[in-house]
Amino acid sequence: MTKSYEELPLTPISDAPSTINLTGFWRVMKPVVDKSKCRKCTLCWKFCPDTAITLVDGVPVIDFRYCKGCGICSVECPAKCIVMVKEGTE
Amino acid sequence: MRTVMTGNYASAYGAKLSRVEIISAYPITPQTSIVEKLAEFVTTGELKAKFIPVESEHSAMAACIAAETAGARTYTATSSHGLTLMHEVLMWASGARLPIVMTNVSRAMAPPWSVWVDHMDSVAQRDTGWLQFFCATNQEVLDTIIMAYKVCESRGVMLPAMVIEDAFILSHTTEPVDVPDQELVDSFLPTYAPEFKIEVGKPMGFGSLVKPDQYMEFRYKAMLGMKEAHDRFLRVEQEFKHIFGREHGGLLEQYRCDDAEVVLVAAGSVASTAKDVVDSLRAKGTRAGLARIRSFRPFPYDEFKVLGGKVDGLAVLDRSYTFGATGAMFTEVKAAVGSSQKRPVMKDYIAGLGGRDITPKVIEKIFEDILMHRKRDEETEVEWVDVAGLPRRWH
Repeated sequence: MTKSYEELPLTPISDAPSTINLTGFWRVMKPVVDKSKCRKCTLCWKFCPDTAITLVDGVPVIDFRYCKGCGICSVECPAKCIVMVKEGTE
Repeated sequence: MRTVMTGNYASAYGAKLSRVEIISAYPITPQTSIVEKLAEFVTTGELKAKFIPVESEHSAMAACIAAETAGARTYTATSSHGLTLMHEVLMWASGARLPIVMTNVSRAMAPPWSVWVDHMDSVAQRDTGWLQFFCATNQEVLDTIIMAYKVCESRGVMLPAMVIEDAFILSHTTEPVDVPDQELVDSFLPTYAPEFKIEVGKPMGFGSLVKPDQYMEFRYKAMLGMKEAHDRFLRVEQEFKHIFGREHGGLLEQYRCDDAEVVLVAAGSVASTAKDVVDSLRAKGTRAGLARIRSFRPFPYDEFKVLGGKVDGLAVLDRSYTFGATGAMFTEVKAAVGSSQKRPVMKDYIAGLGGRDITPKVIEKIFEDILMHRKRDEETEVEWVDVAGLPRRWH
């Protein structure tokens, strides 16, 4: 509901970082990692624009709460170990 | 301490006396000696501040925005193309309600390339939500920076301010300047304690997305801040006068306007020259006066409404031009005076662009012209002064 200008702070301030906004449900295509082919080059981790990839022993683990399925990791992967598949078909 | 210094050093001393904590700037002619002096103050330890060198003016303002968001008192200085490069982030500073103070050494925009004074750069930032104070002397530059922090940081205002000095005429010319004692300035200007700030270990979102149902309310609040700045500035200057024993005339300095029949309206250093012309015209029997716009934002509408009802003629000297309209000062003055009961004859004089000298002779001719001018049509309301090839002679 619209608040009166008197109730508002001077400028919009939220008491939480933008990580409260989950963006995983935007996804149409989903990255699937074949860990056996991974060369641990970390390029996917560096390129992910949503920092939705963490490395476990050098191998990517994707946080699907935030991954929007943009596919950049899949394009950048020199080992071709990340494949984009339609959400729900993997 | 009474000494002699340039307008740029007056800016640097003004920032130092205001105990700024973060300075971020990129050098540009004719602003450079401001940041050189401040860098020296920081290096020698005379000023306990952090100087952040950056790769552009856009980044300088972005650094100031970040530092101010973290609760630090910040300062920067720029000029012309540097100021216009900042344009986007100037809007951010005001929308985020960050009371940053900046000196703009007002310089013409290119092309043609120029390093000399006119007000195009400042006037082009009219709608950014910054307070804009035009100065006429180096003393006023120093004093206005200190006053600007006090005005901007007050709870009812919380907006940034631009203190404007004319390129070379003030920036590189030495004048006697009284540098007040630090203890006196401290008693006038308390440390900056914002209502909200970003803190380590406590993540927050600033300036986040607001949908159409709530956007206007935030803009309305910024409008209230600018409105409050008008009265706040007057109060702050009276307080300043009480402590330091001098003032510079409120938002609209009126020189010999009480019984004037014709008044010249001007901003910046040319107003000092115009005061001499007013005196010499008065000695010859012409009831001349000068109204100097010190604050372009907030604009002194009420002051002009009263003045407009008292005089027969108003000559507005614009040191910039708004293409497709008139000079920017003229537009504002005309709007303000238009609602006064007795509307004077008004004319806009475009003069002094790109550092062209506005001599006492030129100002005298402007007064002569407005005394003769009795038309109220838009055909003749704007005249370009001293342009080679035009029939009228100004010297």
